[in-house]
Amino acid sequence: MTGFPWLTVLIILPLLGAVAVFVVKDTSVRLTALSVTLVDLVISLPLWWLFDATSGQMQFLESAAWIPSLSIAYRLGLDGISLPLVLMTTILMPLCVLISWHAVETRLRSFMAVLLIMEGAMIGVFAALDFVLFYVFWEAMLIPMYLLIGVWGGPNRLYAAIKFFLYTLAGSVLLLVAILVLYFQGGHTFDILELSRQTYPLSLQTWLFFAFFAAFAVKVPMFPFHTWLPDAHVEAPTAGSVILASVLLKMGTYGFVRFSLPMLPDASRLFTPLVVVLSIVAIIYGAYMALAQTDLKKLIAYSSVSHMGFVTLGLFMFNIQGIEGAVMQMVNHGITTGGLFLCVGMIYERTHSRQIADNIGVTKPMPRYAIFLVIFALSSLGLPGTNSFVGEFMILAGTFLWSKAATAFASLGIILAAAYLLWMVQRVAFGTPAPHTLQKLSDLNHREMATLLPLGILIFAIGLFPNPLLSRMHATVEQVIARVVPASHQQTSVPSMLGQPTSSRHNYWGSTFDMVQASPADPIGNLPFTEQQGERP
Amino acid sequence: MTFSAADLFLVLPELLVITAACVVLVLDPVLRTSDKDSLVWLSLATLAVCMGLTASQMGTSSSIFSGLVVIDTYGVFWKLLLYFVTGLTILLSYSYLREERLYFGEYYGFILLSLCGMMVMVSAADLLTIYLGTELMSLSLYVMTGLKRKEPRSLEASAKYFVLGAFSSGILLYGISLLYGATGSTRLPAIASAIATQGFTDPLLLFSTILLAVGFGFKLAVVPFHMWTPDVYQGAPTSVTAFMAVASKTASFGAFLRVFVEGLNGVKADWSAIFLLLCLATLIVGNIVALVQTNIKRMLAYSSIAHAGYALIGVVAAGRLEHSSGLASVLLYIALYTFMTFGAFAIVAMLRKGTLEGEEIEDFTGLAKRHPLPALLMLVFMVSLAGIPPTAGFIGKLYVFRSAVEAGMAWLAAIALLFAAISAYYYLRIVMVMYMREPIDGTDPAPRLVMSPTLSIVLACAVAGVVIFGIYPNPLVNLALQAVLTLK
Repeated sequence: MTGFPWLTVLIILPLLGAVAVFVVKDTSVRLTALSVTLVDLVISLPLWWLFDATSGQMQFLESAAWIPSLSIAYRLGLDGISLPLVLMTTILMPLCVLISWHAVETRLRSFMAVLLIMEGAMIGVFAALDFVLFYVFWEAMLIPMYLLIGVWGGPNRLYAAIKFFLYTLAGSVLLLVAILVLYFQGGHTFDILELSRQTYPLSLQTWLFFAFFAAFAVKVPMFPFHTWLPDAHVEAPTAGSVILASVLLKMGTYGFVRFSLPMLPDASRLFTPLVVVLSIVAIIYGAYMALAQTDLKKLIAYSSVSHMGFVTLGLFMFNIQGIEGAVMQMVNHGITTGGLFLCVGMIYERTHSRQIADNIGVTKPMPRYAIFLVIFALSSLGLPGTNSFVGEFMILAGTFLWSKAATAFASLGIILAAAYLLWMVQRVAFGTPAPHTLQKLSDLNHREMATLLPLGILIFAIGLFPNPLLSRMHATVEQVIARVVPASHQQTSVPSMLGQPTSSRHNYWGSTFDMVQASPADPIGNLPFTEQQGERP
Repeated sequence: MTFSAADLFLVLPELLVITAACVVLVLDPVLRTSDKDSLVWLSLATLAVCMGLTASQMGTSSSIFSGLVVIDTYGVFWKLLLYFVTGLTILLSYSYLREERLYFGEYYGFILLSLCGMMVMVSAADLLTIYLGTELMSLSLYVMTGLKRKEPRSLEASAKYFVLGAFSSGILLYGISLLYGATGSTRLPAIASAIATQGFTDPLLLFSTILLAVGFGFKLAVVPFHMWTPDVYQGAPTSVTAFMAVASKTASFGAFLRVFVEGLNGVKADWSAIFLLLCLATLIVGNIVALVQTNIKRMLAYSSIAHAGYALIGVVAAGRLEHSSGLASVLLYIALYTFMTFGAFAIVAMLRKGTLEGEEIEDFTGLAKRHPLPALLMLVFMVSLAGIPPTAGFIGKLYVFRSAVEAGMAWLAAIALLFAAISAYYYLRIVMVMYMREPIDGTDPAPRLVMSPTLSIVLACAVAGVVIFGIYPNPLVNLALQAVLTLK
């Protein structure tokens, strides 16, 4: 590993870019923003290969004193959970700039500056290893996002912007108090790794769990804290929706897996049923709401509620399948839903409507567009071969070990997802178009192709070859599990499903489980996976 | 009473300020109108010299004039802050008075007199000396509030301020006299040792503590002694409002902390409980009432009330903690509050609607289109006032909440944070109006911001403070920690 401060560069570069867009010529504002995000992407890519997948430790560590009187330090680092999320962010940001190329004409400089500030802050959230630093990045996101919705948003943007802002701010009220309480309980440090190594009394854990829960559940958003999401999505400009859906929501689930699980393991186990129930409600309720929507963005927004329900469900299963599936699904949802929002943005640029009724039958005039729309929709409903299938399947497999009933209910979400997505595709792609809309529908140009293509490739890349991603998070997830389920609990907390461990080499992404099998000392490695799991529940 | 020439050297900054004030007052009628700018430069030069002198007193600790006054790092901290604020006020007033067509050379004289009063307040170790400082500060402020003598609102504000101020001074004096009765002295160290030796049983002691809390409560504008604040802040010329909201509050906190921590340390459980009630009331009323204001000066008045509430959290914590980190958080909070509040008032002062002040929140509509940079600065100030990182306001809140949690009052921090989230609504309303509403065409005359070089300097200083201390607060933190160490 080199001593190069990768993460600092990744965070600082967009922030400098935000200043740069104010000084360049009018004509090169877009290009500057694009180059900054692309350079950031290029810098982030080597991390994928430099990352040591065999280690669950934090890597690319950076540390410097920041506010010594409070022992707050500038600590950054990545592990197998944050690495994919950082890369997802750097991949999505150039696309956000591209989709805004012509969609945003007013106050372009400020718009690009806001996007770039967001990028810096989002990477900061995922890379921060100091709790106060994390909180700073976490909160610093709010104002740019507020402006993004409020200044460049739709007709009802003022309401949506303030609702988004107040919901998330109110959610994180207790987070800061919890951080301060941990500081005094955990030996006067804000070091996340240090705080994660300690044990706290259960009463305190309970209290802290709900403080964390309020902050993270609003962000995810979990039912019943989700009501800000459809408003924010509908009013936000396309780039805002993409950032919101793909990255911001992940900050909530990332919070759970980074803080709630390792720091408050007893409380996490105690409140698993609560989280599971809320997740399943979110899965089914979100899907039902999506069925009823006539606005494309609202439909995808509610589908996000449903899909994020899977993620929270998987996280609280405390087994390899559940958590790896959840982290994987965080990335997948970012790619797939990001793609869907990009698609909606493109059609909106043409017809100036997001209503399904106004965008019917685009296949004939826009064949390339239709291909991408169908790919993203199929990925979103979890078709085998696409990324979401792997993630959702692993989550359901993990859930199956915990409760068959829960799995059954959660699976309803997948059926419903197929319903609302296929119905949407049926109308938008294959309906009979109204004649007056036809002339507006020109097919994708090169810029738009370049925007969608990377996501389309990633969908299949992850769907067919999930192992590079899974292997990088494996060691980290094992550590999280070891933390949340102490050795004494492991045997009992993972009841045997079918009795005998079997080899799962012929599973089609079996290599994951090979890795699990490869460590016989680990009781989780003996999960009873059989051929049955190849079936869709 | 002993007296030595060496003592005079230690109060040289005070002497210089009062001399400059007299010179300004005398020169004003003599000078031609075109030469009156020189009074501004004279005042600023005085401040610069004083700043140097005071900074050189850092680390000293000497009790002079038989213990009436102490020169210590604690006083130095507040004085440096006061010079800074006064300098900004003078720069702002230079543009503001011109815009308002108020040509009074005395204005600068009164600012300096008021400053002198504040300097006495923060370095006095005797209750009567503190009282003298308070009166000098307040009397100058009463006059400055009524400076727009053709405007009924300004006069009303002045009268109201005077009556309530005199009333509160009376209560303060009453408390001082009772405390003298209970302990036999007005010197803070003597009071402290008297309380330590005779115990806390005397009900007179508790009663005088309450009266002192009430008296200072008026000066700090904490609920329920805040009634004067909105009217006075709204009626006074905006530059004076800024001065009051920042400097007067700073000095009052300086004196108030010294009295309670140094003099009444023995009854800190009692005053901690009193201030806990005041703190909760202040947080609730300040933040809730600010939500419904339509006039920005009134809104900022309630905001300044609310911020006194946050600072009081540190005071409450200080009353329960053995060491001084709680106190340091108060100093830090007030210092950081200075930058953001002054910056906000500076922009309000220079927003014009024709020849009048644009002081309705609606007048900010579309400011981002017409004046992008000042609008951005206003955004930074509002975000900082709301306590959102990475700004100074967050660092201030982090430190006071940390003290609260350390003192075992995580619930208080949670309540305060809840109200901080509520406060975000009214601060962001300004941002919303500036950025998300189109300028209303046809309103005649359209509000505009009058930029001037001095205003630019003021804004640059304020925003630099907000951003730099928001990201790297260490210098200020260390200064605050050093300052509180000198309090016994």
